[in-house]
Amino acid sequence: MRHGGHRRGAAHRAVYARGQPWERGDAAQNTRHRRRGQAVKEGGHPGGTMNPGVPTGPLVRPYTMTGGRTRTSATGLDMASIVVSTREYVDGDSLEPEHAAILQLCDTPISVAELSGRLDIPITVAKVLIGDLTAKGDLLAQAPLTTTDIPEMNLLQAVLDGIRRL
Amino acid sequence: MASAGYDNGTGPGANIPVAVKILVAGGFGVGKTTLVRAVSEIAPLHTEEVMTEASMGVDDLGGVEDKATTTVALDFGRITVNKEVVLYLFGTPGQGRFWFMWDELAEGALGAVVLADTRRLDTCFPAVDFFEHRGIPFTVAVNRFDGSCAYTTEEVRAAVDISTDVPVIMADARERESGKDVLLALIGHVLRRRSPVLSG
Repeated sequence: MRHGGHRRGAAHRAVYARGQPWERGDAAQNTRHRRRGQAVKEGGHPGGTMNPGVPTGPLVRPYTMTGGRTRTSATGLDMASIVVSTREYVDGDSLEPEHAAILQLCDTPISVAELSGRLDIPITVAKVLIGDLTAKGDLLAQAPLTTTDIPEMNLLQAVLDGIRRL
Repeated sequence: MASAGYDNGTGPGANIPVAVKILVAGGFGVGKTTLVRAVSEIAPLHTEEVMTEASMGVDDLGGVEDKATTTVALDFGRITVNKEVVLYLFGTPGQGRFWFMWDELAEGALGAVVLADTRRLDTCFPAVDFFEHRGIPFTVAVNRFDGSCAYTTEEVRAAVDISTDVPVIMADARERESGKDVLLALIGHVLRRRSPVLSG
């Protein structure tokens, strides 16, 4: 009974949600292609170009600082991967400025998403740069839990306790 | 995970905390970033994801860089659980056209909060469908914008048509205590799913 009702619910909700990628249909592909090249944002960005007088990000295409590379050599980097520098100090002269900036923020463990936000570079670009540094051994990366890692009860309990302490 | 530079649980990187993710989903303007702000120990960080052909796993951008990109804003917060565990809360772009981002966000996520606004309940349907389809545990939090809500949680449950074990709670996304209650309800739900024997 409940199961049947559940399926009906999914069907009636589907009226509002077309073209999900997990359906692997042509509709989803078409949507993606149609979207390409458009800048879409949810909400405002304080550093966005629509705010005159507010400093904007670098006026270069996102992948300029990676030399056009869009993929990282380090597989498994996720936006929630946590990285930490293996260096005692950062010699800015021997590094690309973006690499040096990342290493400076990585003296304590920090996530890829946080690096991206604090350096104002897109996550995908940050991953390429971080991949360069992990390949050289300047950074160590800890991948987040994956779907196949079943979180242990004590991890869940720790999260529960952490939230209670807020 | 034997790649160079990756922590394998021993050696100098053994003390890197592990990140766990909770997603905060829902329609545009429903209060996702507000909820993240209420419980995060840092001001929500804003970042952007760039979608390219490469992001979609179709092709390399070599030579066609000028066809570039679509950017999507992403806001997230952090809760340090202990020395070993850091919890990240990702406010996920609400609109269906941002599905491509959800795959990475959902990978390994502990669970999700679907924020709902009863004035436009249908905006939470895509998120509910997504998490049901992926088998990701979620809870529905009804954000009471004006401090009250004309509907009961059971009415919302019926309207969204979710299974009776999915928690549906009233919330005020601006209040830390309320945000904590939402997260606790979610983790409780995750724990019950793990060990159904213990569920009451």
